[in-house]
Amino acid sequence: MRNVTTRTLTAISIGLLGMLAACSGKKGNEVTVVTVKGSDTMVHLVSMWAEAFMKNHRDVEISTTGGGSGTGIAALINGTTDICASSRDIKDTERAQAEQKGITPVETMVARDGIAIVVNPRNPVQELSLDQLRKIYTGVYTRWSQVGGPNEPITALSRESSSGTYVFFQEHVLNKEDFAQTVRLMPATSAIIQSVVLDRWSIGYVGIGYAHEAGPQVKILGVKATEAGLAVMPTEAAVHSGEYSIARPLFFYTDGDPTGAVKQFVDFCLGPDGQRIVRETGYVPVQ
Amino acid sequence: MDKESSGKQDTFPSSDIETNRFVAQEIVMPRPRTKWTERCVEVTLVVAASTSIILVGLIFLFLFREAAPFVQHPGLSSLMGDRWIPVSFQKEQFGIYPLVTGSILVTAIATVVAVPFGVIGAVYLSEVARPAETETLKPFIELLAGIPSVVIGFFGLVVLAPFVKAAFGLETGLNAFTGGLLLGLMAIPTIMSVSEDALRSVPASYKQASLALGGNQIQTIWRITVPAALPGIVAAVMLGMGRVIGETMAVMMVTGNAAQTTFKPFESVRTMTATIAAEMGEVPFGSDHYRALFWVGIILLVATFLLNIVAQRVLKRYSVRQ
Repeated sequence: MRNVTTRTLTAISIGLLGMLAACSGKKGNEVTVVTVKGSDTMVHLVSMWAEAFMKNHRDVEISTTGGGSGTGIAALINGTTDICASSRDIKDTERAQAEQKGITPVETMVARDGIAIVVNPRNPVQELSLDQLRKIYTGVYTRWSQVGGPNEPITALSRESSSGTYVFFQEHVLNKEDFAQTVRLMPATSAIIQSVVLDRWSIGYVGIGYAHEAGPQVKILGVKATEAGLAVMPTEAAVHSGEYSIARPLFFYTDGDPTGAVKQFVDFCLGPDGQRIVRETGYVPVQ
Repeated sequence: MDKESSGKQDTFPSSDIETNRFVAQEIVMPRPRTKWTERCVEVTLVVAASTSIILVGLIFLFLFREAAPFVQHPGLSSLMGDRWIPVSFQKEQFGIYPLVTGSILVTAIATVVAVPFGVIGAVYLSEVARPAETETLKPFIELLAGIPSVVIGFFGLVVLAPFVKAAFGLETGLNAFTGGLLLGLMAIPTIMSVSEDALRSVPASYKQASLALGGNQIQTIWRITVPAALPGIVAAVMLGMGRVIGETMAVMMVTGNAAQTTFKPFESVRTMTATIAAEMGEVPFGSDHYRALFWVGIILLVATFLLNIVAQRVLKRYSVRQ
C-alpha cells in the first residue's frame, strides 16, 4: 500500500513539476497583449474569435471588453485600446477628436448583423414594410387585418430593453419612438422563437442566425424598405449587399493600418476560420 | 488557557515594563480575565446568531445608499407614474405602478390557486392519510419545493402557457394568469408543510373531546382541528405569498413582461422581480435607470419583510395559545 501511495505521489509531483515548467516556459516568451474594447453586441463574437486565435498563437493574448461602441471609440481616441469594436460608423466629431490627438482611425468591416422578422408559419402574411413594423411595435396597429392579414389580434414580441438588438430595432425600425406598453418583452431569443412557434398570431424579431436555425417552425417575413418597394428576404446575400433594410455592419477601428499582432488578429477574423465563426455565432460574413 | 498564557509569557522580553505587566497578569487578572474570555465567547456567539439580522441591515443600507441619489435628481415623484420606459430615445420614464400591480396581480392569482391545494393537502396528510401514504407523499412535496425555478419556468413556457391558451381560447398563453398558476404550484409545498405542522400541533384532547361528543371525523376536522390551527395556516399562506412575490425566473418566462397597469388576469404583466432581473445586468452603472431599479428592490424588500413579520406575529400568537 505504502509503496503504491509513494509512487502515486511521486508521479503527481513530477506531473506538477512538468506543468510548472511548461507554465514558466510559456511565461519566459514574450507575450503580446492585444486589447479589444467596444460594442456589447460584438463581445460574444470577438471573444469567440479571440479564443480560436489564441489556440494557434500562443504568444498573443487578446483581451476583450464591452461597454458599448461609444466607450470603445473613446478608448481608441485616448489610446487605451488597440482595437475598437463598433456596431456603428465613427462620427465626424469623434474622427476630428482622434486626429487632434494624432490618431487616425482606420475602419475594417468584420461582419454584418441582420435582424429577421418572424411569425408563425400558419400566419398568411408574407411581408411587411418598415413603416408597418413601426406601427405594430408602437401600438398603432393591433390587428393583422391592418397589414393585409385576417382580423386577428397581433401579439408583438420583443427582446428585453437590456439587449443591443432592442436598441437597434428601436433606432432603425421604430425611428427612435418608444415601444408600445403592450409589447411583450421576452428574456431570451429562444423564448421569442418558442412563443412564435406556439402562438399563431404573434410576431417577433431575432438575429437572422437564430431565425434560420429555427427552420420551418417559424416563417421569416420579407421586409420592404418603403411602401412601394420590393420585399427582401434576409438572406446572406441581401444583408451583404445592403438590400435588406434591418441590417448593420460591424466594424473594427484601429489607429492607422493594423500592424504586427493586431494585423494577425484582424486577418484571422477576416479569414475563412474567422468568417466561419461569424456564421456560427449568428451573424453574416463579409467575405 | 493556561498553556496559551504561559506560552505568551515566555516570548516576552524581560524588560521592566513587561515584568510589571507579567506581575499584573499573574496577580490581578485571574478573575477578570475569565470574565473577559467568557464575554469574548459570548459576543462571538451573539454575532454568529445575529448574522442574518446584520445582513438584512446591511442589505437595507446598501439598497438605500444606491437608491438615494434618485431622490435629488429625477425626484421620487417620477416613480409615481404608469409608464415604465427605461430605455428610450424620447424620454426615459420610471413609473413603477405597472410593476407593482403586476406583482400584486400575479401574487393574488398564485395565492388563490395555492391555498386550496396547500391547505386541503395538509389536512389530508395530517388527519386522514395513513402513515404509509404520508411517507410516500411527503418526499414528492419536498421534491417539488426543490425544483429550480428556471426549470419550472421552462415547463411553464412550453407546457402550461399553451395549455392556458387552449383552455381559455386566448391568442397567447403569456399572461398574468399563467404566471400565477405556475407560482401557485411553487407555493404549494411551503403552504402545505407549514399548515401540516400547525394541524399536527393541535392538542389531541380537542379532537378526542369532539369525537366523544358524537362528532364524526369530517366534523372534527373542519369544525375543531382546522379552526384551532387557523393562525398557523394563515401564517403558512403568508409565507407562501412571500415566496411567490419574490420569485423571479419562472415568472419572467411566462408573464410576457409587458409593463402595463392592469388587473385583468389574461393581460401580460411585468413583475418587480422580473424587471430587476432583466434590466440590472446591462444597466449603465450609476444612471437614473440603475437607481430606479434599486427603488424597485426597496419596495420589494419592504413588501416581503412586512409579509414575514405579519406571518411571524400570527405564528407567535398561535404558539402562545398552545
